[in-house]
Amino acid sequence: MAADIRPKRPFRWHIGIFLAPAVLVYTAIMILPLAGTLQLSLFRNIEQHQVFVGLQNFRTLFGDPNWSVGFWNALRNNVWFFIIHMIVQNPIGVMLAALLSSPKLRFAAFYRTAIFVPTILSFVIVGFAWKLILSPLWGVAPHLMDIVGLKSLFTPWLGKEQYALTALSLISVWQFVGIPMMLIYAALLSIPEEVIEAAECDGITGLSQFWKIKLPLILPSIGIISILTFVGNFNAFDLIYTAQGALAGPNYSTDILGTFLYRAFFGFQLQTGDPNMGAAIATMMFLIILGGVCVYLFLVQTRLRRYQF
Amino acid sequence: MTTKLLTALLLGTSILGSAGVAYAEDVTLNIESWRGDDLAIWKDKLIPAFEAKNPGIKVVFAPSAPTEYDAALGAKLAAGSAGDLITCRPFDKSLELFKKGNLADLSALPGMENFSPVAKSAWQTDDGKASFCVPMASVIHGFIYNKDAFDKLGIKVPETRDEFFAALDKIKADGTYIPMAMGTKDLWEAATMGYQNIGPNYWKGEDGRAALIKGEQKLTDKDWVAPYEELAKWKPYLGDGFEAQTYPDSQNLFTLGRAAIYPAGSWEIGLFNTQAQFKMGAFPPPVEKAGDTCYISDHTDIGMGLNAASKNADAAKTFLSWVASPDFATIYANALPGFFSLNSAPVKMEDPLAQEFVSWRGKCKSTIRSTYQILSRGTPNLENETWVESANVINGTDTPEAAAKKLQTGLDSWYKPAK
Repeated sequence: MAADIRPKRPFRWHIGIFLAPAVLVYTAIMILPLAGTLQLSLFRNIEQHQVFVGLQNFRTLFGDPNWSVGFWNALRNNVWFFIIHMIVQNPIGVMLAALLSSPKLRFAAFYRTAIFVPTILSFVIVGFAWKLILSPLWGVAPHLMDIVGLKSLFTPWLGKEQYALTALSLISVWQFVGIPMMLIYAALLSIPEEVIEAAECDGITGLSQFWKIKLPLILPSIGIISILTFVGNFNAFDLIYTAQGALAGPNYSTDILGTFLYRAFFGFQLQTGDPNMGAAIATMMFLIILGGVCVYLFLVQTRLRRYQF
Repeated sequence: MTTKLLTALLLGTSILGSAGVAYAEDVTLNIESWRGDDLAIWKDKLIPAFEAKNPGIKVVFAPSAPTEYDAALGAKLAAGSAGDLITCRPFDKSLELFKKGNLADLSALPGMENFSPVAKSAWQTDDGKASFCVPMASVIHGFIYNKDAFDKLGIKVPETRDEFFAALDKIKADGTYIPMAMGTKDLWEAATMGYQNIGPNYWKGEDGRAALIKGEQKLTDKDWVAPYEELAKWKPYLGDGFEAQTYPDSQNLFTLGRAAIYPAGSWEIGLFNTQAQFKMGAFPPPVEKAGDTCYISDHTDIGMGLNAASKNADAAKTFLSWVASPDFATIYANALPGFFSLNSAPVKMEDPLAQEFVSWRGKCKSTIRSTYQILSRGTPNLENETWVESANVINGTDTPEAAAKKLQTGLDSWYKPAK
């Protein structure tokens, strides 16, 4: 009966009002387009009219070899693109951050800036610059390799089916290695001096200090970086498009989900765009990324141990 | 200060603009186009020539960026704000506009009789009954060669395939020049300058193309695989690392004088004339035996149509008839060497390289690129697949037979020829 006596709480309007701008803006520019894409993927243009066809577009995407071969190829390439980032970009990022945070290093600020600069460059510049560097005709790479006597190892990497995707992944790694470096660097700086000093008192110094003390403390940051890399890689498009064109040659060997979506949605040359199939691919990309993020959040994130200081 | 000035200027122009409309006695025609490069030619040469003959009609050339043209035009047509005259892309894009009722039927336009059926085919309904754009220009494929290099090595211009490969061997053995400037990185070079360039000699131009559309021939037939077999033989004559050589790389290799032969489209003439420091010549795709009929790809590229919603349809038709006349053809072809008039009346051109290209029309039979009409409507897209497979064949990652089989399987999956 206590509830009846207690005066009714006034409705707290201010919460809604404070939330409204963010909710409205986010809904307008993120949620509505996303819902629009999902809706578009369930329709099909039949004689100039949008007709509801249920999951028919997805059945075409997975059942018709003209689409499914391209889709699985793009997905496979995309996974390889992600693997290269995980095994090259992130370890190098961690290593650079560890080196940068070493108090003995001189010109640390210069290195930090120099390594981070490519990240803020436009994809168009990066794609074009690397196309020139690796060009067999005027590129710097063949000349430099010639000077050290390794000319025989040079091949036109961007034009060979077996190397092109790996080469492009490494270019992307070069461009983005600054991001894990910065995040890990910040995490390393936030480790309190007392912990380090305590370790030194116990005789843990040098490399073993990194493995036993610092690495466990920065693991949550590495987790965040992995998930950022995952989302970024599965949404990638620009670099491939600028370096290899929309057909992601040679022989579709650099085709990733982004370029596959682009061709389907907007069309290319004589191919007319099919927004409905494009939306179906976009939906699949959304589900793949959503799945990956969920796996991370529920299986990895919850098990990471956090330390409070 | 600058903002004020700008505002004043803008206000001024808006008042003047409306004043112009209010007191205009002349009819003003607006041309929609993606050819921003041609702005000067239209403004200084073509439009004055037309206006001098047709007082009372003013023409404004209003181009937009090539990549935005189709989308921008679609939006303007839907909103009713598009210009009176519309520059037509070839084949399906314009056909779609005609089917939607955006382009008027021009079959009865005076001047249309100046064009051959092949010239008109890019802007006709599939049955050929209605034409909706006046053909303006085409581009011709062939080979441009470095005349100085040929003279130095004592090579004469090849007419047959055996002579062609003998010439390539000789250039390669000499070692001064890269025999042929072409790369496979951008894919389309292999298809457009390769397959579509040499192909018509094998599939006999229009005969083969029509038979393919009717379903009487297949891409796996001998005539359609043979060009791939020839392309596969090109590989040793291309420059080092051709797999990563892009289209601008090929152009530079040739204009810098480092390569002897360039598989070309005539649109290169303008650029090459300004960049190359040596004499150039051109020859059509070599035939099998001397004296065989030769076939060239004379591909229809630009046309002009009438906006069905135009309020000045009569004036616009007068203009289109002029576009169909030999007068227009002469000015246009000379201002843009390499974009050839499709007019049946012979056009006198000043540029020797352009003259050489266009002279082939007299001795060879013209056709258009095999994949453009009807056959690239479905998924997988035949034109795009041809790019990929042509590059594969030259790279050696696919055999000619395998490439042809892939293309035919892809085509079969959606294309059912009319019986």
